[in-house]
Amino acid sequence: MEQKTEQKTEHHHDDEHGSELSEMQLRVRALETVLTEKGYVDPAALDAIIEAFETKVGPHVGARAVAKAWTDPAFKQALLEDGSKAVLALGVINRVGDHLIAVENTPKLHNMIVCTLCSCYPWEVLGLPPVWYKSAPYRSRAVNDPRGVLADFGVALPADTAIRVWDSTAETRFIVLPMRPKGTEGWSEDKLASLVTRDSMIGTGFPRQTSEVV
Amino acid sequence: MDGVHDMGGMHGFGKVEAEQDEPVFHADWEARTQALYRAMSYAGVWVIDQARFTREQLPPAVYLGSSYYKKWELGMERQLADLGLAGPDELAAGHALRPGKPLKRKLSAAEVPTIMTRGLFTRPAPKPARFEPGDRVRTKNIHPKTHTRLPRYARDKVGVIEALRGCHVFPDTIAIGKGEDPQWLYTVVFDGRELWGDNTEASLQVSIEAFEPYLEPV
Repeated sequence: MEQKTEQKTEHHHDDEHGSELSEMQLRVRALETVLTEKGYVDPAALDAIIEAFETKVGPHVGARAVAKAWTDPAFKQALLEDGSKAVLALGVINRVGDHLIAVENTPKLHNMIVCTLCSCYPWEVLGLPPVWYKSAPYRSRAVNDPRGVLADFGVALPADTAIRVWDSTAETRFIVLPMRPKGTEGWSEDKLASLVTRDSMIGTGFPRQTSEVV
Repeated sequence: MDGVHDMGGMHGFGKVEAEQDEPVFHADWEARTQALYRAMSYAGVWVIDQARFTREQLPPAVYLGSSYYKKWELGMERQLADLGLAGPDELAAGHALRPGKPLKRKLSAAEVPTIMTRGLFTRPAPKPARFEPGDRVRTKNIHPKTHTRLPRYARDKVGVIEALRGCHVFPDTIAIGKGEDPQWLYTVVFDGRELWGDNTEASLQVSIEAFEPYLEPV
């Protein structure tokens, strides 16, 4: 353990560039050093966790599920019935937690996901949540002024589209199945997946339109 | 607890500001904090609801004034001290001053792919579910000083059971060391006007995930 601590300290010295360390850099460095010296954590495991969050999980996983649902009615039905099972069957990631619930947008209904109490988010399929999702403005307003929140994102829904907000207050997690953009008939799943934005799967945006990618 | 973390419906926080091309982490310490939290969860020292409750107990000004990962880090420091696993003196010194205590297990890099998923909180049901989809329910008017997942804005409100989501670890008890006490979980949907009054858009619906002890029949 002692040896690993030394390596870690060396590693940290590399990314300072001679600048003053912030309070949080110092606190977290102290925390990691103490927990490593006590034998509770292995810095190599921490490195692997960070790499996984930066490279393995992300909105590309959810986008695959959405694109497949747009092209394969049986998969769409399976996704809406049991999101965890359907996403696992896609084979993009090898583990999906229980109770991933996909909710479908229609011309009459727009779904939006929030966690007013903390930051619950379907991170296996969307990656870690963006800062705004965890921020007080979003958490406070999504449940009573969703149309105003959408306006903050530059998104306007037709007045006759009802809004349904899902507050993620337990370990059930939600992903929005957005509507397929017009003009994408005959597109491949890969090409369709490139239209699916993270925000469209949270309900604060729409997929890209064909004019934005062609 | 009725803390500042329970933000649903509060006013005055301003516009939602999204960052373009936001990185996964904004600083190395954020990444290390996320990783430390998960590695220590794997070691069995805390469960998610205990970590949430600890963050909720940060002083309100600290909670509101701290970035997301700073709250995580401060919460971890407090939990480690409470559990006797790492003292403030050691964190101030930047080195262990006492040997570590034995933990359940230690995460290796090779095991990381197995933990890149959410924890499993479903449990065998101790009794049949009390409600079924379509039932009208009223959420209880509770104000525990301890952890709960029933948000303030959805207390003492009438809604409809939309779905049964299985039987899960009960956050209200596990967070305070009173065991898993598994409870049925439901999606309960409310009309916006039931929650926010008549000035609210008539078609708005808001749902919460409600554990059975939060609900009573109407």
